[in-house]
Amino acid sequence: MNQYLYIIRGGEDMSTYSPEEMQAHMQDWETWMGGLAQKGKLVGGEPLHNEGKSLTNKGAKVTDRPLAEGKELVGGYIIVKADTLDEATDLAQGCPGFDHDCSIEVRQINAMG
Amino acid sequence: MRDQNSIDHTLNHLFRQESGKMVSVLVKIFGTENFEMAEDVVQDALVSALETWKFKGIPDNPRAWLYRVARNKAIDIIRKNKHSKQIDFSDPQKQLLTSEYTLSTTMNNLWKEHQIQDDFLAMMYACCHPKISPENQITFILKSLCGFSTKEVAKSFLTSEDTISKRIYRTKEFFRKNKIRPQIPSKKDITSRTGVVLNSIYLMFNEGYNSTHSDDLIREDLISQAMVLCKSLLDNERTRVPDAYGLMALMCFHTARTKGRLTSEGTLIQLSKQDRSTWSTEMIHLGNNYLYKAGNNTQPPSSYLMEAVIAYQHCAAKTYEDTNWKAILGCYDVLISISNDPVVSLNRALVILELDGPRNAMKALEEIENKKLLENYYLYHSSIGAVQEQLGENGKARVSYAKAHDLTQSKSEKQFLSEKIKSLQS
Repeated sequence: MNQYLYIIRGGEDMSTYSPEEMQAHMQDWETWMGGLAQKGKLVGGEPLHNEGKSLTNKGAKVTDRPLAEGKELVGGYIIVKADTLDEATDLAQGCPGFDHDCSIEVRQINAMG
Repeated sequence: MRDQNSIDHTLNHLFRQESGKMVSVLVKIFGTENFEMAEDVVQDALVSALETWKFKGIPDNPRAWLYRVARNKAIDIIRKNKHSKQIDFSDPQKQLLTSEYTLSTTMNNLWKEHQIQDDFLAMMYACCHPKISPENQITFILKSLCGFSTKEVAKSFLTSEDTISKRIYRTKEFFRKNKIRPQIPSKKDITSRTGVVLNSIYLMFNEGYNSTHSDDLIREDLISQAMVLCKSLLDNERTRVPDAYGLMALMCFHTARTKGRLTSEGTLIQLSKQDRSTWSTEMIHLGNNYLYKAGNNTQPPSSYLMEAVIAYQHCAAKTYEDTNWKAILGCYDVLISISNDPVVSLNRALVILELDGPRNAMKALEEIENKKLLENYYLYHSSIGAVQEQLGENGKARVSYAKAHDLTQSKSEKQFLSEKIKSLQS
């Protein structure tokens, strides 16, 4: 079985959400990731802060923001187990991020050597 | 600074009520192999409460406050250990604790009210695993589920703290080695597994009810905790077995009579001489309700049910002379058919003493099977003494009472027997 990385990008600003709305949204994540875990497909993953720094020019240039912003900003990642890229893509369906303008890029982890 | 006494009182009460539930949830999260981790979190939460409440006062909902602190401490521990091998996260639900996407939500779901109740029951069944000895079962229940300190458990059993620590260690080792995961048994096993739990609850109750030691607070605690545990079995439809109703009824009837059993100096008063107006009508009423539910079942009668009916007959009699000894004798006959226990036969002989006089009672005593097992039982000798006394054999009675006196540990029993012996001296 291979491992695949979901790069989750974009998403609307949730800072205006009420605690109840936020709780309901996080419950959706729990349901979806719980489904992956029950099927034995989940490896792990974490959400990311919006703030960050970027190093470019061989590290010579450091900027006080992530490389990509807005719809391209990486908001989190998840690693799953699947046999094929298609299966991994199917498993990404139902991600609660889609209800909030996220996109997901599915990439196979390259077992080097 | 707030009133330290009221904080101490609230915390002590909360600790008895809630620590076992918190430990149960945390053990489910960390695994039985990390029992100390769970206990440490509960301990930390209590210390936080003590320190915070001292300055800010007791919050409106102290229980919720305590749970929230324990929950947050559990989250800290998981974050620290999520890449270590200390905690087993392989279970799908526990895997969700390892991602920040789901950690907080999963944690909240684990602390939902019905979940806590289930975890508490599951832990009771784990403590009463049939491979753990009954004394280790009660020790562990008192320590982990009833919030007793090692010192208090030691006092309950009239033994040393060292012995109790060893018992607790052994149970933890058993959990670790056998990778026990607390759960409510399946329908198929529920009756037999609950039987073990009830046995432990009844032993705990008797430890409190029989005045083998003089510390009243510990005794009251043992009685009330045994009833809390039994009640929690009855509150859940999966664990609500008929025997649990029977035991609950029995404990209510016994508890109803606690006030009339002892003099103000702590001496035992015989049933025939007790002031029945001191008996709690409220508890008797409660017992009647449980008895009705226990008897309302088509199952063959269990020993708890029969013992409850006997206790009911005593509570129902307005005076000692009104006691329905015939009905009670019938119960003892059923009890003997369930388990040929010499102690039951002994009690049956005392009923015969009431019904048919001392000569027949002596015959019944002599006919007890396995009476050798009673040789070291003080009540056997004091019962023989009582029958001999009625037969006018005062010399023999004195010897029997003296034997009983040497065998009992209870101060109040010893005093009672001394007085008997003295009254027979002529």
